[in-house]
Amino acid sequence: MSAHASHAPAPKRSGLWDWLTTVDHKKIAILYLIAGGIFFLAGGFEALLIRLQLMYPESQVVGAGLFNELITMHGTTMIFLAVMPVIFALMNAVVPLQIGARDVAFPFVNALGFWLFFFGGLLLNTSWFLGGAPDAGWTSYTTLALNQYSGRGVDFYVLGLQIAGLGTLIGGINFLVTIINMRAPGMTFMRMPMFTWASFVTSGLILFAFPAITVGLVLLMFDRLFGGNFFNPDAGGNVIIWEHLFWIFGHPEVYILILPAFGIISEVVSTFSKKRLFGYSSMVFATALIGFLGFMVWAHHMFTTGLGAIANTLFGLATMLIAVPTGIKIFNWLLTMWGGQITFPTANLWAVGFIPTFTIGGMTGVMLAVPPADYQYHDSYFVVAHFHYVIVGGLVSGLFAGLYYWWPKMFGKMLNEKLGKWNFWTFFIGFHLTFFPQHFLGLMGMPRRVYTFLKGQDLDVGNFISTIGVFGMTIGTILFLVNVVVSAKGKRAVADPWDGRTLEWTIPSPPPEYNFAQTPLVRGLDAFWIEKMAGNKGMTPAEPLGDIHMPSPSFLPFLMSVGLFIAGYGFMYHNYVVVVIGLLVTFGCMFARSVKDDPGYHIHEDEIEEKGVKA
Amino acid sequence: MATHHANAVLPDEPEKATLEGKNKILGFWLFLGGETVLFGSLFATFIALRDQVNGGPTSQQLFDMPLVAAATLILLTSSMTSVMATLALHKKNLKMIQVWLTITVLLGIGFLALEIYEFVHYVHEGHKISTSAFGSAFYTLVGFHGGHVAFGILWIILLQLSAVKKGLTVVTAPKFYLASLYWHFIDVVWVFIFTVVYLMGMIGGKVG
Amino acid sequence: MKGWQQFWRQLSLFGLLALVLTGCGKDELSALKPSGPVAAMQYDLMKLSSAIMIGVFIVVMLIFTYVLIRYRKRPGQQGIPKQVEGNHALEILWTVIPFLLLIVMAVPTVTTGFALHEEYPKEEALQVKVTAHQFWWEFEYPDLGVATAQDLVLPVGKKVQFHLTSADVMHAFWIPALGGKIDTNPGQENKMWLQADKTGIFYGKCAELCGASHALMDFKVEVMDQAAFDKWIDGMKGVQSKDPAVATSPGAAQGQEIFNKSCLGCHAVAGKGGKLGPNLTNFADRERVAGILEHTPENVAKWLKDPQKEKTGNNMPNLNLDDAQVKALVEYMSTLSVK
Repeated sequence: MSAHASHAPAPKRSGLWDWLTTVDHKKIAILYLIAGGIFFLAGGFEALLIRLQLMYPESQVVGAGLFNELITMHGTTMIFLAVMPVIFALMNAVVPLQIGARDVAFPFVNALGFWLFFFGGLLLNTSWFLGGAPDAGWTSYTTLALNQYSGRGVDFYVLGLQIAGLGTLIGGINFLVTIINMRAPGMTFMRMPMFTWASFVTSGLILFAFPAITVGLVLLMFDRLFGGNFFNPDAGGNVIIWEHLFWIFGHPEVYILILPAFGIISEVVSTFSKKRLFGYSSMVFATALIGFLGFMVWAHHMFTTGLGAIANTLFGLATMLIAVPTGIKIFNWLLTMWGGQITFPTANLWAVGFIPTFTIGGMTGVMLAVPPADYQYHDSYFVVAHFHYVIVGGLVSGLFAGLYYWWPKMFGKMLNEKLGKWNFWTFFIGFHLTFFPQHFLGLMGMPRRVYTFLKGQDLDVGNFISTIGVFGMTIGTILFLVNVVVSAKGKRAVADPWDGRTLEWTIPSPPPEYNFAQTPLVRGLDAFWIEKMAGNKGMTPAEPLGDIHMPSPSFLPFLMSVGLFIAGYGFMYHNYVVVVIGLLVTFGCMFARSVKDDPGYHIHEDEIEEKGVKA
Repeated sequence: MATHHANAVLPDEPEKATLEGKNKILGFWLFLGGETVLFGSLFATFIALRDQVNGGPTSQQLFDMPLVAAATLILLTSSMTSVMATLALHKKNLKMIQVWLTITVLLGIGFLALEIYEFVHYVHEGHKISTSAFGSAFYTLVGFHGGHVAFGILWIILLQLSAVKKGLTVVTAPKFYLASLYWHFIDVVWVFIFTVVYLMGMIGGKVG
Repeated sequence: MKGWQQFWRQLSLFGLLALVLTGCGKDELSALKPSGPVAAMQYDLMKLSSAIMIGVFIVVMLIFTYVLIRYRKRPGQQGIPKQVEGNHALEILWTVIPFLLLIVMAVPTVTTGFALHEEYPKEEALQVKVTAHQFWWEFEYPDLGVATAQDLVLPVGKKVQFHLTSADVMHAFWIPALGGKIDTNPGQENKMWLQADKTGIFYGKCAELCGASHALMDFKVEVMDQAAFDKWIDGMKGVQSKDPAVATSPGAAQGQEIFNKSCLGCHAVAGKGGKLGPNLTNFADRERVAGILEHTPENVAKWLKDPQKEKTGNNMPNLNLDDAQVKALVEYMSTLSVK
């Protein structure tokens, strides 16, 4: 840190204002978790309604139109507004700590990323009250998503996702730079914890995948709002372009989601087996390879589009290849547990439950990669079952594992173990009950996204069981919320509750705002474990104790996002005064940010020691 | 970021002297990587749709080589002047930075003026965003680039004005450096637009 | 641990469930009961790939179970487990074996893939043009000069080359028992061939979200022997080359009058009428009303009274017919037959 920095006192902010202006990655993590959690509940409620509608044949719980809004919003919400933010919550909470950094590379951008996501998601969800939610499916295939065939809801989809996507994109850049530039001395790339590695690859995928959807959404916006003809076949447009752009983004997105879960499982399994991760370097290699191959296979979502035998076969074979690095991961986890002393706190239950569940999802993935057979699976309930095994059974299990594991670090409180186990078992059993029968429903001829099914097609039993399972998942989710409330009054967490192996466990729970009083010196993989084995009480510092420079809080990220939020409505309702006002707010904030340098503030040496002793 | 006294001695390569500066430069390179995908998607869309004129004017009928060549020349020259600005930055010569950037901005404005003239002209000939898929793809791709140029001009002007007060420091140096990097990027994009949209459009035929 | 017993009980329950469910697929609908060479090839690939995958799963689960039982921390267990960095031999093993398994799958994937994309000219296959609409199916036999809708009539044991497109949004054409699906893209033509080896009725579905009543965009495939098919074609051709026959009974005649005034603009009958709605030449012969309702006079009446109630968002307006008009129309429409 610069020796010239000003010695302004730490700004005192409290309550709501503190949260609206924070640039601290740990607080932003909590914001992401809360917002993502709320959207998760909304998406879950939508799922509940979907399954209630499909509990019996020809039922009328919700109408045909509302059902399509529900499935569209369920998919869009869960992917963009629920699991992505919770992943970002864990990345924010953990990655800087795991690499021994005091903050991310761009704290201001970090806050901006959160608020853009938040207001984008809010914009999308206000559609429920402003004439109906989008109803063209989360994939919004054209021409269904054009004006002639769907309502204003799709405008909310276009603008909401555009704003939220921008937030995700800059978040990805931020983590890339953080991981490349901000590692503590000795923390080489091949000593980074697996979760950090996964976050690194995921951020890279975000950087190269999101611009494709940005373009797709711009084109769709032009078609819907400004008379463009990209997807209008009557004026020379081509509907397949949307499919390509969507899936060039959409397939890497799947790996953007699942790689962090792989990272979490690696951390949790290793910690609770008391062993180092088996085959660390092959794990790193597999992660990078999955990320790379993830860009080569988007057209496997389009096998029935009519791309022809050659394209389908090539994309099919490329897709199968991904099974190899994924298999490496599964066997490495099993071998990590082999010879260990495995304990089963809730975090590890989720991680261990992940392995068979994800294996099933991966297996059906390979089956789907066979194009001729996919012609039968495609757009049937088989696919619904497959991607829920990957995203719920895989990713959501991983996120729960991560939350139970890092909750003490994030909040300084332990989650209740008894409630946690009930949470796991109800959710786990409910999950399999819901989605396992759906494989067969699909093979028996049930297309996906149908609001009802007729009697006399032998689809009744499977659908009924599937709906029953949802109740289990609902109870599990409620138990988690109860656990959060109960734990707020529960046991205080110590710095290292799990006998951890990585740097985040060397500092108090929750960490002080500067994370590390002194930047640690890293001497190998599992940096903390090495010190423990050497009989040291903590890390060796890499620098003397001194003043710590911190970035100032700022209200600008919030305002900038509000500006785009306002402009979004202006675009939708063709009110250009509102557009200009919104954009002026946003660009005004950018102007202010550029002109006025942030001097930051210092935490004085004495204060650090004092806090250090207290913690 | 810290405030600096204007008379403090600047290190060599002042844009990379602080961790913040290094972070910004790396982050900006990554951002440009994302921008490449963005323009790549737009180019792919354009190539797929460039023959779909839907009864409207074709690219052969529309494009006017001298005008586009002039625009290209102007923008390439501005790329060179922005390099001169970066060289001046390495010599820590604020005055020369300002001179070169002013020329860059003026050239950028000239380019934009030509482009606006060109668009107005096309619209009069019945080539609009709503005419055909070709029209939509053309205005989106070229317009996106034009928007980038406009943003770049405003950004550089802003940096120039604030540098009058702040001077050249380890805080302002990375900003100048990034603006120049950005300007190069949009020049490179223009070279592709010139080739793919204009040259390939004028030789005609179904190339793509 | 109690939890694990529960887990295994759960898993065996699923196995049982799986068996029950596979047994239950309906012959007319299930992809697991192939009735033609395309569906059979696809079913073979499904069996091959799931067999390999289940094999892998069993291996994973065996190791998984062993590890969880054997290496649980025991009460009072002390010391630190050996920190194993990795094992090159093992890691190579589980890179190479999956790779080999994939090659086993890849070979039939490639051969079947190309076989399914074969295109057959009219000398070798019946040519059928399929146009998907919100929310119904139009079928034309261009070489035979016949057009119909909703019920696709095919000869048994003969290859059928489909040419598919859409009139509005994207749909997907799927007859699970005969073979996989393909999208119908507006402004483009896709091709696919199928063949039915059994006579009878098969169920067809739209498999791409296409609007409010996507779920109700069903159609039926009636497979008959060649003689019956030829007879059907002759019947259709005979009727469609002429103007609609004049109804004889007074009720039907009244219905025809209403039909000519209010319906013929969109619906064709015999050689006359529009193409915006399904061709109704052989309406009375069809399996279902609007592809979904059982074919009874009551259901025809129900549909005519309020089409939006039966199929939300379809393009047929409510004609505000009174009961007498509906009755007459139903009577007329029951005469629309080529059998």
